[in-house]
Amino acid sequence: MNNLINFLTAGVLAAAPLLFGVLGELLTEKSGNLNLGVEGMMFMGGIAGIVGPYYYEKAGGTNPYVALLIALVCALVCAGLGALVFSVLTITLRANQNVTGLALTMFGTGFGNYFGEAIGHADPSGFLSVSTSVKSLFNSPVFPDPLVNLPVVGKLLFSHNFMVYLAVILAVVLAYFLGRTRTGLNLRSVGESPATADAAGISVTKYRYLATVIGGAITGLGGLYLVMNAAAGVGGAWVHDCIDGYGWLAVALVIFAVWSPKRALWCSLIFGGLACMRYYYPISFIPASIYDIVPYIVTAVVLVFVSLKRSRSNQPPESLGLSYFREER
Amino acid sequence: MTEHKHSQREPLIRMAKREDLSRGKKWAIRLGAIVLALAVGSLFILVLGHNPLAVYKEILTGSLGGPSVRRVTVRVAIPLLGAALAIAPAFKMKFWNIGAEGQIMMGAIGASYFALYWGESLPKPALLLVMALASIVVGGVWGLIPAFFKARWGTNETLFTLMLNYIALGIESYLQNGPWKDPSGTGFPIIAMFGQNARLPKVFGVHVGWIIVLALTVGMFVYMKYSKHGYEISVVGESQRTARYAGMNVSKIIMRTMFLSGAIAGLMGFLVVSGADYTLNAGTSGGVGFTAIIVAWLAHLNPFAMVLIAALLAVLTKGSNAIQTSFKIPASAADVLSAIILFFMLGCEFFINYRLIFRHSGSAAPGKGGEGHE
Amino acid sequence: MQSVSAVELRNVTKTFGSVVANNNVSLSIRKGEILALLGENGSGKTTLMNMLAGIYFPDSGQILVDGEEVAIRSPRDAFDLKIGMIHQHFKLVDVFTAAENIVLGLKEKGKFDRKAISRQIREISARYGFDLDPDKKIYDMAVSEKQTVEIIKVLYRGADILILDEPTAVLTPQETEKLFAVLRNMKADGKSIVIITHKLNEVMAISDRVSILRKGEYIDTVETRTTNPQALTDMMVGRAVTLNIDRPQPVNPQRRLVVKDLTCLDGQGVKVLDGVSFSAQGGEILGIAGIAGSGQKELCEAIAGLHPVASGQILYSNPKEPDQVESLVGRTPMEIRELGVSLAFVPEDRLGMGLVGSMGMTGNMMLKSYNQSGRFFPDTKPFRTLAEEIREKLEVVTPSVNTPVRKLSGGNVQKVLVGREIASAPALLMAAYPVRGLDINASYTIYRLLNEQKAKGVAVIYVGEDLDVLLELCDRILVLCGGKVSGIADGRTVTKEEIGLMMTQTGEVGDHDRA
Repeated sequence: MNNLINFLTAGVLAAAPLLFGVLGELLTEKSGNLNLGVEGMMFMGGIAGIVGPYYYEKAGGTNPYVALLIALVCALVCAGLGALVFSVLTITLRANQNVTGLALTMFGTGFGNYFGEAIGHADPSGFLSVSTSVKSLFNSPVFPDPLVNLPVVGKLLFSHNFMVYLAVILAVVLAYFLGRTRTGLNLRSVGESPATADAAGISVTKYRYLATVIGGAITGLGGLYLVMNAAAGVGGAWVHDCIDGYGWLAVALVIFAVWSPKRALWCSLIFGGLACMRYYYPISFIPASIYDIVPYIVTAVVLVFVSLKRSRSNQPPESLGLSYFREER
Repeated sequence: MTEHKHSQREPLIRMAKREDLSRGKKWAIRLGAIVLALAVGSLFILVLGHNPLAVYKEILTGSLGGPSVRRVTVRVAIPLLGAALAIAPAFKMKFWNIGAEGQIMMGAIGASYFALYWGESLPKPALLLVMALASIVVGGVWGLIPAFFKARWGTNETLFTLMLNYIALGIESYLQNGPWKDPSGTGFPIIAMFGQNARLPKVFGVHVGWIIVLALTVGMFVYMKYSKHGYEISVVGESQRTARYAGMNVSKIIMRTMFLSGAIAGLMGFLVVSGADYTLNAGTSGGVGFTAIIVAWLAHLNPFAMVLIAALLAVLTKGSNAIQTSFKIPASAADVLSAIILFFMLGCEFFINYRLIFRHSGSAAPGKGGEGHE
Repeated sequence: MQSVSAVELRNVTKTFGSVVANNNVSLSIRKGEILALLGENGSGKTTLMNMLAGIYFPDSGQILVDGEEVAIRSPRDAFDLKIGMIHQHFKLVDVFTAAENIVLGLKEKGKFDRKAISRQIREISARYGFDLDPDKKIYDMAVSEKQTVEIIKVLYRGADILILDEPTAVLTPQETEKLFAVLRNMKADGKSIVIITHKLNEVMAISDRVSILRKGEYIDTVETRTTNPQALTDMMVGRAVTLNIDRPQPVNPQRRLVVKDLTCLDGQGVKVLDGVSFSAQGGEILGIAGIAGSGQKELCEAIAGLHPVASGQILYSNPKEPDQVESLVGRTPMEIRELGVSLAFVPEDRLGMGLVGSMGMTGNMMLKSYNQSGRFFPDTKPFRTLAEEIREKLEVVTPSVNTPVRKLSGGNVQKVLVGREIASAPALLMAAYPVRGLDINASYTIYRLLNEQKAKGVAVIYVGEDLDVLLELCDRILVLCGGKVSGIADGRTVTKEEIGLMMTQTGEVGDHDRA
C-alpha cells in the first residue's frame, strides 16, 4: 500500500513537466500550428530558468522567492522567444512547419547544453546550479504540514510542489478558455479553418502568433520543472541533455489526449506513472534499459490505437500544419 | 469604425506570389541568408566573450587546415551525406521520417552482431559483406515498421519514427549492459572493439565509406529522377488521391520507399561502426539522423546539393570540436550554429517565392534581401 | 431611387501576378435593390466583390460607401461598413454548431451566453422565413442549410449590403425559389443585394438591374425589365453566340456497361450508394445529375475501381470482344483501365486528382501509363510527343510541356486532363465536372470533344452541375439523390423542373424510367 502511494506520488511528480508540455503544445496546435520544437523550447525554458536565479545569486541576491520569480519569468520568456522564432518563420515567412520545428529542437538542445556547459565550466564548482533554498522551493510541498500528514490523501493530494498545482490549474483554465469563451472559440476557428476565421474578421496571424508564443512559453515551464525538480535527477543544477525526450513525449501525448486539456491531465498522469514505474515495481525479467523505454513503446502503441479509431469529434484541428495566405489563388 | 476611413489608405506591406526568379538571384538570396546566419552566430560567440572572427577561423583551420583534420572532416561527412540521401525519398513522398537516428542505430546493431560473433569464422570480404547486408536489412525493417502503420491506418509517422529512435537507443543500451557487454572490460559496461576482419579498408586515408556514399549520391539522383519508383514517389508526395487514381498501390510505395530509406540509414550505421568507431555505443548515431534532415531539406532534396551541404555541416561539426579544445567553447555550438543557418535558410525561401509590395510603391518591389525589380 | 448609392466602385483595378482580374471597373449598387453581377467564369466578378468584402485590396481605384471614400482592408472593415458576403465555397467551421459559426469573430462584451444567441438566431430566422436549428453541427447539415447559416451570419452582424456569390449553384430549382423568396423579403426590408451569377434565367427572375463584366472589364449596366437573355449573352460573351449545344442522335447504340444493385459504403460505414442500377450505351452520352454529394463521385470511382463495392454488380462489355461480359468488381484500377474504361474527374480544387500539379504536361501524360513498358527507367519520349500533340490539338496555352501544370489557367488544366483521357482511346469515358470553372469557349471545346467521342461509339458518362447543360448535351439523364437513383429520364423530353424534383426525392419516378 505504501509502495503504491509512493509510486502514485512519484507519478504525479513525473507527470507535471509532461503536462506543461502537452498544454503548451495543445494551445499551439489549436491555432493550426504544429510546433515540433517542444523539446527545444523545454531546453530553452530549462536553461534560462536556471541561469536567471544563478546570476541573481551570483550578484548577491539571497531572497529565494525573488529567485523563484526570476526563474519562472526567464523560463517563460526564453521558451516564448523560441516559439516566436518558429512563428516568424512559419506564420509570416511560411516555412515548412515540420522542418522548422525540428530546427527549433536542434537549436534549443544546442542552446541549453551550450550555455549549461559554458557557464558551468566557468563556475568554480564546475556546475551550473542554484542554492539549496531555491531548490527546495521547487521541491517542497506548498500546503501546511497538517494537510500533508493526513493519511493517504495527504501524500497523494497535498504533498506536491507548487508547480504541480500550477500545471493542474493551467489545464482547467485552458479547458474553460477553449470551451467557454469567445476568444477560445475564435482561436479554435483559426485552427480549423483559417479562411473562415479570416472572413469572420478574426486576425489569423495575431491568433496564431499569440497561441504559439504563449503555448511555447508554457512548455518552457516544463523544462524549468525538469531542471529544478529532484525527482527527475539532481534538481537545481544543469545536467547535460536533461530534457531527454520529454518534449517529444508531450507532442505525442497531445494526440493521445485528442486535443482536450482535461484528457491531457489523465494522459500525463499515466505517462508520468510509466516513466517512474520501474523504481517501484521492478520486474525481474525485464532489464532496466528496456524498462526505461516503456513510455516510448507505449506511446508508439497509443499512436497506432489513436489512428485506428477515428471519429468525427475527435479529430485534430482541420488545418493543422498548414500556413495561410489570404490572397492565395 | 470611422478610424478606418481616414487612417492609412492601404496596408503598409502586402505580399504577392512572385513569378520565377532567376537562378542567380535565388542563390544570391540564399548566400545572403547564410552570411546573416553567421553574423547572428557570432553574437552567441560574443556572449561567451570570444572574438567571432577568430573562432570562425579556428573552425576552418580545425576542420580543413591539414591532411589529418581533413580526413576526420570527411569521416564526419560520410554518414551525414548518406543519411540525408536516405531521408530524401521519404521526404519527397511527404513521409516525415525523423527516425534516421534510430535506423542508423539499428543498422549498426545488425552489423555489430556479425562483427562480434562471426568475426573469427568468416574471411574479411565475406564478413564485411554480411555486416553490410545485416545493417541494410535491420535498418530497412526499422524504417518499414512506421511505414506499415502509416500505410494501413494513417498513423502519425513523425512521432512514430521518433519513438523508434528512443526504442533503438534502449535496445543498444540493453545490449551494452547485458548480453554484448565486454567480459574483459573493467566492470564498465562497454562493447568490445571489433577485430581487424570487421574493419573497413581505407582508401586515401579514409575508410571506403566515402566511395560508397558518393556512389549512392549518383544512384539516388538517377533513382529519383529517372526511375519509375522515383516517379511514383513524386506522385504520392504530391497527392495520394492522384496516385490511387493512377492505379498506384500507395501502401506498397510507402512501405517500399521507407524500407529503402531505413536501409540506407542502416548502412550508414555499418559505415560508422566498421569504418570509424570499430565498436558500438550509445553515441553511434550521435545526432546524425537529425542533422541529416537539415542537409536534405537545405538541398531541396537534390542529392548533389547534399554533398555540398553535408560538407559544410561536417566542417562546422569538426570545427566545433576544435574550438572546444582551443577556446573552451562547448561542442554544442555546432548544433546552435547549424540551427541558426537552417532558420535563415528556411526564412529566405519566402523572399524567393514572394515579393513584398510597399504602400504606394506600385508593383515594383524595392529591395529586401537584394531582390530588385520583378 | 436616385439618391446616394449604397456602394460605389470607381476605376478599380486588381492584378494577380501578370493576370489582370479587374481592369478599371466602375459600378454602383443602389439602396434597396437586387443587382445581378453577370459574367462568365473568369470574368472577375468574384474578385471585384472580394474587394468589397475585404478579402482582396485593390491595386488602384476608389470604393465609396454611402458617398464616402473608404479603405476596406479586412473582412472586419467590411462588417463595420455593414457589408457582408456569402462566398461560393462556404466559410464555415465544420465541427462548430450553426450558432457558434454565426457569432464567430464578433467582439461583443460580457458573458458568452449561448442561450441568448440561439434565441436571437431564431428571431432572425422567423423574420425572413428561414428554417434553422442553431445547435446543429455544420457537418450534419445539407448544403442548403449551410447556405442558410451563411446568410444568417451576415444578417446577425447587421449587414445592409449582402453579396451572394453564385448562391444557386448548389441548390435545386425548388430551393432556389425559396432562396429568392427570402431575398425579396430582405429587399422589402431595405437591404441592398448583389447576386453574382452566370445564369441568365436567374438574372431575369430576381434582379432589378444587371451589371455585366467580361474578361475583367466593365461592360454595362441595364435595367432588367428592359433587356432579354439574348442581349445579355451578347454582352457577356462579347459576340452573338448560340446557346445550343450539339446533340446528334445516337448511332447504333450498344450496351457497354450494366450496373446492378450497386451499394457502396464510406469510411464510417454509411451507404453512399444504395442499390444503384442503370446501363450505359456506346454512342450515347448519359448524364448524371444530383445535388453535390449525392454519390456522383463514388459512382464514378466504383466503376473505375477506386472505391470499394459493398454489394452489386458492374458488368462491362468490351467492344473488342463483344461476346464477353466482364465483371469490374474486384479488379484493380489498372486492369479496369486496360479494358478501356477511363475517368476524367475534376475535383473542386481542380488539381489533386488526376493531375500532378508540380509536374509538367509530359509528367502528367505518364500518370496512367508510366508502367506500361514494364521498364525500370521508363522512356519519356512518347509521352513528350503525346503532350506536344495535345498541346497543339486542344490549344493548351503553356510556355512548355515541362511547365508545372499548377501554373496553367483552369481551362488549360482541364484540357490537359480530358485530352489525356481521350488519348487513351477509351470505350467508356467518364467525365466528371469537366467544365468546372471554365468560360464558355473552353466549355464548348469540351462538349465538342465529348460529342466526338460519342460519334466514335464511345459510351460517355457526363457528371455535371449545370442542369441546362445536362439537358442540352445528354441523351439520357440519371438523377441521383442521397445515393439512390431517383429516376432516369430522356434528355430530349424531360423538363428542368422534373429533374429538380427528382434531385430532392428518392425512389423511382416511374414515368421517366426508360433504362
